[in-house]
Amino acid sequence: MSHHDHDHSHEPVAADEPPAGARARALEELLVEKGAIDRDDVRHRIDWLVSRSPADGARLVARAWVDPAFKERLLVDARAAALEVGLDPGPSPLVVALENTDAVHHVVVCTLCSCYPKALLGPPPDWYKSLPYRSRAVSDPRGVLGEFGLTLDEDVEVRVVDSTADIRYLVIPRRPGGTEGMREEELAALVTRDSMIGVSRAGPPLLFKS
Amino acid sequence: MEQAVHDRGGWPTDAPIDRHEHELADWELLTDAIVDALERSGAMNVDELRRGIESMSPTEYERASYYERWLYSAESILTEKGVLAPGEVDRRLAG
Repeated sequence: MSHHDHDHSHEPVAADEPPAGARARALEELLVEKGAIDRDDVRHRIDWLVSRSPADGARLVARAWVDPAFKERLLVDARAAALEVGLDPGPSPLVVALENTDAVHHVVVCTLCSCYPKALLGPPPDWYKSLPYRSRAVSDPRGVLGEFGLTLDEDVEVRVVDSTADIRYLVIPRRPGGTEGMREEELAALVTRDSMIGVSRAGPPLLFKS
Repeated sequence: MEQAVHDRGGWPTDAPIDRHEHELADWELLTDAIVDALERSGAMNVDELRRGIESMSPTEYERASYYERWLYSAESILTEKGVLAPGEVDRRLAG
């Protein structure tokens, strides 16, 4: 059969799509025809990917803030800690949680590509995958943090960690002041994506007051 | 030894970081999903994906967007393995 009479209908294509879009669809079509991949598997992965969000990572951080024993388990084995609260830690063999304190601040980069704990944080932001971030996060971390609006005291040690396919990192940001009476669910709402990459702080405690 | 093009740590640059948020386009999600499906079916793995990306010419690597690199790599690795015939995607696009 020619590819014009295959058994699925073409979905509408965005008007501003680059040529790579047609290429991706042609590749999918060929690989499905050859039996190298299954179309339902592809659909399922898209659904999985758009369903991941930093809210999952935020749950881990908020739990760590309120439960010191859980924080210890998260620091020892973040994969196991994620599974413990019913979260999918993703395929990476090692997920490592790093705690930011008033003395040490961690920033995550992947200088070689884009490794990132997608299962817990959703797809990485474009800037994380960009060449300037991958270059300068290593050579000028304080300058990079400044671009994100984060200025740290000179006596805070900045540790830049470089991800690989085998080890991905999740930063536990510092718990904001003034949140002592807050419940775990309220705290989770303060934990942003960027704070778990280490380019911003968590908080502020009350963005909207009723 | 000269630093390979993908090895960006400390690469000299004054380029600003573009912090615009970008929701993944349909074709980008599709490319991610194809590669994931290939990994789960055993047709290629993540190390091969990286090798394919890292073997791009420096000019092409720097020009290509993120998922264009994935697409390039998947095509070249699958062609190398004989899953795709040389030029097969181009012929399908022309057809």
